[in-house]
Amino acid sequence: MYQALWIAKTGLDAQQTRMAVISNNLANANTTGFHKSRAVFEDLMYRTVHQPGADSSNDTQLPSGLMLGTGVRTVATEKIYTQGSIMQTSNSTDVAIEGRGFLQILLPDGTTAYTRDGSLQRSSDGELVTSQGYTVQPGIVIPIDAISVEISRDGIVSYTSPGSAGVTQAGSLQLADFINPAGLQAIGGNMLIETAASGAPQVGQPGSNGLGGTVGGALEASNVNTVEELVNMIETQRAYEINSKAISTVDHMLEYANANLGR
Amino acid sequence: MDRFLYVAMTGASELQLAQAVTNNNLANASTTGFKATLTSALDVPIEGPGHADARVYSMTAGQGIDLTPGGIVQTGRELDIAVDGNGWIAVQAPDGAEAYTRAGDFEIDSLGLLTTRSGQPVLGEGGPIAISQYQSIEFGRDGTISIRPLGQEASVLSVVDRLRLVSIPPSDLVRGEDGLMRVVEGGAAAVPDAGIKVVSRSLESSNVNVVGAMVEMITQARAYEMQIKMLGTAESIDQSSQQLLALT
Repeated sequence: MYQALWIAKTGLDAQQTRMAVISNNLANANTTGFHKSRAVFEDLMYRTVHQPGADSSNDTQLPSGLMLGTGVRTVATEKIYTQGSIMQTSNSTDVAIEGRGFLQILLPDGTTAYTRDGSLQRSSDGELVTSQGYTVQPGIVIPIDAISVEISRDGIVSYTSPGSAGVTQAGSLQLADFINPAGLQAIGGNMLIETAASGAPQVGQPGSNGLGGTVGGALEASNVNTVEELVNMIETQRAYEINSKAISTVDHMLEYANANLGR
Repeated sequence: MDRFLYVAMTGASELQLAQAVTNNNLANASTTGFKATLTSALDVPIEGPGHADARVYSMTAGQGIDLTPGGIVQTGRELDIAVDGNGWIAVQAPDGAEAYTRAGDFEIDSLGLLTTRSGQPVLGEGGPIAISQYQSIEFGRDGTISIRPLGQEASVLSVVDRLRLVSIPPSDLVRGEDGLMRVVEGGAAAVPDAGIKVVSRSLESSNVNVVGAMVEMITQARAYEMQIKMLGTAESIDQSSQQLLALT
């Protein structure tokens, strides 16, 4: 009915989405390998109400037109892949990726997911799995009696067995990289899946061909900057208030018209 | 019936349009690179025999663009750039023509093309910019894009292209229906300007002056109430003349 009302409503919607993104970032401030998201806004279509330059009479023209914007929309919530800080843990199967690349994980349905959460553990069979129990690809088996496990900078997992002096290689971690990592789709559980926007994965040895190195016994902290998120939150709240103020103003205008004309 | 009813009516309905523009500015208070729309009211005299400028309708014009630069917000993302001062980033509109934006939150699509958020290719000196896989990317102060290709030493930097940054006289700028700016028909073609600077890893925030827009909104609401009051007055004048002339 009344355009100004609906335009202000798009503003409320957008700020609400932004608030949800901020809350999600804050809630995951301590999630290993989490990367913050950002809501991206764009102005909606414009509608030409008066065309500038249209004839206002036989020999005069309108000097200026009227373009009516129709509000704002959230185009995307995109992940920002800046490096999180590396935290040393004493757990030898933890691995942090320093630089580009994702660990590959085999999902129960046979497809591959990607993650930067390197809090790996050994399953009952000795296989390296994520905290959800999904196996890391390519599979790496560490015997149950292995004493110490070591993950090298180039992804090689080695261990020592009791009674033997040498170090045995169990296998090597591989990283996948994408031309547009922001195009990956987050599916929860710190995992992402490939989409048409991300491009196909390019798999390689850590540290080679531009891929990041693996740091054993460490984890990548989330890259959420809590102070920045709090500032964003304040900004969002105020913008929300202003848009709701716009709605109430329009409401009062209509109320006034109704009270004075609707007799 | 007194015709000033119609004059007051155009006042009220045009104020509704002006309010829609103000609300659009407020709704876009956090849209990257957004430029506020300015509104103004025009007087439109009714011409013709017997009128003799007796009635002047109001018309809202809202095509002016507030070109004040927005604040520059650091984001730390490699593909974010903000234009420092005046100037525009050229992009390819869906119809193939050149359009301009200030929103520098770029991304790289799966084919390696540098695009804006809504998928329009960003133009360089030689057309759309294709970027091969890189380890890191840098936007220079003048818009030069250089990358460190995958697997190369930090000393190996290759220049890909340079953003097409243009300056356009404000009088030649017009907003398209998709929100991108264009050069008005008959205006001089946009020329690349070497003096335009960009800031990397930052974005330009919306330039909407929130407090100003709110004051404008309140003013419009009060002006609207005044017009409604006039409508009420017209009605009561009509009622009194009806009473005076009533036959019974």
